[in-house]
Amino acid sequence: MIEISHVNKWYGPSFQVLKDCTTSVAKGEVVVVCGPSGSGKSTLIKCVNALEPFQEGQIILDGVKVNDPKTDLPKLRARVGMVFQHFELFPHLRIIENLCLAQEKVLGRSHDEAVAKGDKLLERVGLKAHANKYPAELSGGQQQRVAIARALAMDPIAMLFDEPTSALDPEMISEVLDVMVDLAHEGMTMMVVTHEMGFASKVAHRVIFMDKGEIVEDAQKTDFFGSPRSERAQKFLSKILSH
Amino acid sequence: MNYNWNWHIFFEPNPTGAGTYLDLLVSGLWLTIKTALLAWIIALIFGTIIGILRSLPSKAASWISFCYVEFFRNMPLLVQLFLWFFVLPELLPRTAGLWLKQLPNAPFWTAAIGVGLFMSARVAVQLAAGIASLPRGQKQAATALGLTTTQGYRYVLLPMAFRIIMPPLTSEFLNTVKNTSVAITIGLIELTGQARAMQEFSFQVFEAFTAATIMYLAINIIVVTGMRFLERSLAIPGYITGK
Repeated sequence: MIEISHVNKWYGPSFQVLKDCTTSVAKGEVVVVCGPSGSGKSTLIKCVNALEPFQEGQIILDGVKVNDPKTDLPKLRARVGMVFQHFELFPHLRIIENLCLAQEKVLGRSHDEAVAKGDKLLERVGLKAHANKYPAELSGGQQQRVAIARALAMDPIAMLFDEPTSALDPEMISEVLDVMVDLAHEGMTMMVVTHEMGFASKVAHRVIFMDKGEIVEDAQKTDFFGSPRSERAQKFLSKILSH
Repeated sequence: MNYNWNWHIFFEPNPTGAGTYLDLLVSGLWLTIKTALLAWIIALIFGTIIGILRSLPSKAASWISFCYVEFFRNMPLLVQLFLWFFVLPELLPRTAGLWLKQLPNAPFWTAAIGVGLFMSARVAVQLAAGIASLPRGQKQAATALGLTTTQGYRYVLLPMAFRIIMPPLTSEFLNTVKNTSVAITIGLIELTGQARAMQEFSFQVFEAFTAATIMYLAINIIVVTGMRFLERSLAIPGYITGK
C-alpha cells in the first residue's frame, strides 16, 4: 500500500532530516513509528501524502508515485486520512460542517449525503450529540475524535496519525486510542507516529524506530519489544518503559 | 477675537443658487461617503489578492506583493493622487492622456481609485499577518483533506484570518473615510471641500468646520458600530472574542 524507498530530505543546504529511509506498509497493516523527538518521524509520515516535499528517493502510494510532478496531489491526498497532533479542526465551522467540507468540495458529494455520512461517523466516535457545536467548545480528546471522524469521512484507503495523543491530557488519551484500536481491528491500513507503546504492543504489526533521520530498526512487534537489535532502540525503550 | 458667530448660517441660501449652506455640506457629505465606499471596496479586493500572494510560499508571488505593497505604502497619499491625476495623463500616449483628462467626474474616480489602492497595501499587510497568525497545521489539514490551495484559502484560511484582523480592519475603514479629504487637492468637492467653499462664501469658518467635523464623526461612528456588529455576528463560540 505504502512503499517508501531511499527517501532523503534536507532542510536548507546542509541539514539532512531524512537519511535513506526505506520501509513499507502493507494493506491492513498497522505500523507504529517511534523515536526521540527530532528524529524525523513526523517528517517521514508527512512525506507520504506530500505535505512535506523530499529531494531524493520515491514514495508509492497504492500504485501512485507521490513525488511525480504529474500526480494529481489533491486527489491522492483525499484518499489518505491524516490526523494531526493539534487536531486542526477548522474553528469557524461546526463539528458536522468540519466533517462535510471536504466531502462536498473534494469528493463532490451532495450536502445531504455528506451530513448522513458525517452523522454516522460522529455516532461511531461517540460525539453525535456535539454535531452542532464549534471545535473550541469540545475537549481535546473529543476534538481529536472528531478529527479522526473527519478523516474517515473521506473513505480513506489508509490513515496517517502524527502523534495523535501527544497534546492530550492523560485522561483523554484512552478515548482516542480506543477509536484507533477499533480502526486497527477493522483492518484499516495505518501508519502511526506515537510514543504510546501500550498501543503499539496491542495493535501494531510492525514497529519502526527512527533516530537522527534514519530508520534504525524496522521489526515485527514481538521482535521489537522482545529483543531490539540496536542499542539506540534499547536505550529509547528503557527510558520510556521504565515509568 | 473679533468673530461674528452665526449658527443660523446653515439655513441661509448659499450663493450657488441651489438651496441652503446645509444643503451644500450635505452634498459634500454624500460625495465623501460615495468616494469612501468605492475606495474601501477597491482596498478590500486588491488588499485580499495581494495579501494572499504575500502569504504564498512562491518566490514570484512574494516578490510581486512586496513591490506592490512598498510602492503604495511608502509614498504619501497626496503625492499618489497628484501622480494619478496630473502626471499619469502626461505620461500616456497623447490620445489616451487626452481621453483621461476629459473623463467626466475625473476627480471622483481618481480619488476613489487612488485612496483605494493606497489603503489596499495596508489591508494586504494585515491580511497576510492574519493568515500567518493561524497555526501552520490549519493549511496542512486543509491540504491533507484534498482541498486545493484555492479551496484551502477560500474555506479554511481566509474565514479565520478575516475574523482575526477585524479590529485593525475597522481602523483602516475609518482611515479610508478620512483620507478621502485629501482629494480636495485634485478638485473633488467632498465634505472638506464644501466646508471650505462655505467658509469662502460666508466667512463663517468655525461654523463650517464644526459642521464638517460632526459629519465626519457621525460617518465614523456608523462605521465603528457597523463593524462591531459584524464582528459580533461572526464571533465563534469559545474562540478568541467569541462568547
